[in-house]
Amino acid sequence: MSSLLQASHIAGFRATLRAEWTKFRTVRGRMIGLVFAALMVVLFTFLQANGKHTGYCTTPNPSSCVAGHPYVPTGPGGEAVADTYELVAKPLNGDGTITARITSLVGRIWAGPANEAPSLADTRSGLASWAKAGLLITPSSKQGSAYAAVMTTGGHGARFQYDYTHDQAGLPGSVSSSAPRWLRLTRAGDTITGYDSTDGTNWHAVGSARLTGLPATVYVGLFATSPTTSEGSATQATARFDHIAIAPLADDRSQAPLAPSHGATIGTGPHDFYTTLGTGGYRRAGDSIVVTGSGDIAPAVASAGGDTASDSLLFGLAIALIVLIVIGTMFITSEYRRGLIRTTFAATPDRGCVLAAKAVVIGSVAFAVGACASAVAIPLGEHVMNANGNYIFPADPLTVARVIAGSGALVALTAVAVLGIGTILRRSAGAILAGVALFVLPTFTGPGIIGPTSSATAATWLYRVTPAAGFSMLGLLPRSGLVSYPYTMSNGYYPLPAWARLLVLGAYTAVALFAARVVLRRRDA
Amino acid sequence: MSEATIEVTTLRKRFGQTVALDGLSFTVAPGTVTGFVGPNGAGKSTTMRVILGLDSVQEGTALIDGRPYASLKHPMRHVGSLLDAAALAPSRRGRNHLLWIARSQGLPVSRVDEVTELVGLGSAARRKAGGYSLGMRQRLGIAAAMLGDPPILIMDEPFNGMDPDGIIWMRGFLRGLAAEGRAVLVSSHLLSELPDVADHVVVIGRGRVLADATIEELTAGASSLEDVYLRLTTSAVEYRSGADGKQRR
Repeated sequence: MSSLLQASHIAGFRATLRAEWTKFRTVRGRMIGLVFAALMVVLFTFLQANGKHTGYCTTPNPSSCVAGHPYVPTGPGGEAVADTYELVAKPLNGDGTITARITSLVGRIWAGPANEAPSLADTRSGLASWAKAGLLITPSSKQGSAYAAVMTTGGHGARFQYDYTHDQAGLPGSVSSSAPRWLRLTRAGDTITGYDSTDGTNWHAVGSARLTGLPATVYVGLFATSPTTSEGSATQATARFDHIAIAPLADDRSQAPLAPSHGATIGTGPHDFYTTLGTGGYRRAGDSIVVTGSGDIAPAVASAGGDTASDSLLFGLAIALIVLIVIGTMFITSEYRRGLIRTTFAATPDRGCVLAAKAVVIGSVAFAVGACASAVAIPLGEHVMNANGNYIFPADPLTVARVIAGSGALVALTAVAVLGIGTILRRSAGAILAGVALFVLPTFTGPGIIGPTSSATAATWLYRVTPAAGFSMLGLLPRSGLVSYPYTMSNGYYPLPAWARLLVLGAYTAVALFAARVVLRRRDA
Repeated sequence: MSEATIEVTTLRKRFGQTVALDGLSFTVAPGTVTGFVGPNGAGKSTTMRVILGLDSVQEGTALIDGRPYASLKHPMRHVGSLLDAAALAPSRRGRNHLLWIARSQGLPVSRVDEVTELVGLGSAARRKAGGYSLGMRQRLGIAAAMLGDPPILIMDEPFNGMDPDGIIWMRGFLRGLAAEGRAVLVSSHLLSELPDVADHVVVIGRGRVLADATIEELTAGASSLEDVYLRLTTSAVEYRSGADGKQRR
């Protein structure tokens, strides 16, 4: 293998590469094909995006349906979030601390039909695993605001969470009157630290966060919320707090502890996307305050509206892929057809070198077409869908870059793979058919068999083991461990992590190329 | 020019049941045009492909200056070859055909213009090769073979499809190459094409060398070249009739 790295080999490869690039670019049909492929991506993305219109019906009265999309808050990091909860709070100026004890956390789960708006009329008792109740600091009651909170949960013990996506675990176990949880949140400048305790004496720091730019006055208080279960049922949680104390820390120690005085229901209403159960609120019961809430403070998942900027890319990309399959296959089969392959191998007797040079040329060209086309098509599709009133899941620039590079890689790996198939079969028609059957069809049999749950497994496997895995590079819906949600194909979530999707496709390419190399070496030209 | 040679030693090759090369041996010396003659299917093209490292053999060697072709760096600077003038991408311009070959051998673009001039292709080089006549294709093929200014040239049936003017040009061209000291191997299925060109002739049939001599030696005592050729190849042809010896395609 080390001989491959010798200078003469590198020089030889460079000459072959230049020859193959010259060969590629001097057939005008190929260049026209590349431009056509890129235009198809943009055109079909536009058409598909333009065909998408959404409307929604407000929950209390199903007959009142409007165009556009429900409101989805955007978090401090630009991500889509759920921010719906019950808050009982008061302003805190400067540094300070809030302490409270939770003695119970119980809940209700909607038990009625899925197509009806949830109400408390038909519920069963039960607590969602991510039902949350605890202490929260936020600069604003506006949805999507920064926050930090320490809480107890239905099934995940005590947690410290901030800004929707960050999570640290504290004491395990659930809350009851015999096993209450003490929680404390302190503010020191921009730093918020969360503590938990079983007895109110021995405190344990769960986590801390820097909320940069936090104003001098923030709201601190008690909160409760309860998210939709993974089966889709809305839930409600009720928590009982006592030993509540809010104290400014700084210099004025003389100020007496104050009880929270102001209640607010954040983010419920007919236009918020999050489905809630009942109306939240709070009541005083002696020294205790009982807070009831429904909703979630967490990243939004596909239930917020599953459209993403890359959704509309699929068909155009498939057409571009077919064009590149034709070009990639014929990059070698046309040489076999004309007998030109003998001139090629007379010029470069190292056939592996020729195959590698061809792979680099077609791979680079295909990558450029796929990436450039999607770099234009994604913002275009997003713009058109926005203009049509669709909600599009926000994606950070890095994720968009991943989808753009992924589209390029999908086209490139496929083009290189069919180059291998073309080398093995030597006939254009057969190799193109094989290429389309192997690299395009699986993706389009996918949606057809997703439908019912029974075949969802089949579709999932399709995107795990066939080259369709490459297409799943388009998936950019965020998954979060902080949300109980079925991250399935039918909800728009592809299986496999992003890197593995390309690896599956790349494995097919590697096998095709390796087989081509073996065949080339053994066969007369 | 260097003392470049082609040495072919006991080549044996079989396509399935058909024996294509059956212990073939000959040498091509520098400064000569060697005619490579035999009936269709005698193994001329196969031998040339073996010399160029395109086809494998079960036995024997074909060496360029003592080395296998495949081991040569920039092989077209050692051996120029024209196997099939029709082996062109129809939509590629003639000049670009020469350009990619020049790139593969690390040759400068100026070489492309030189060989275009050399074979008299002129402005036709700017046209798409698909529109070329067979004669123009032969010239383009020869231009490609001459790109690396090689001391050795191998041409398979270069007279095919050429008009009389072209044939005369080609003869002069090949003689000129030998006069420059190059070793030239030219195949033909017609011995009669060669007397004005070849110094030396290797006649083969059924993958074996039937004669390896100068033109003078071959024609000594015979009434005509056709007689010689027929006498030499009859048995080979008769033996072959019924079982088509033409290679798989």
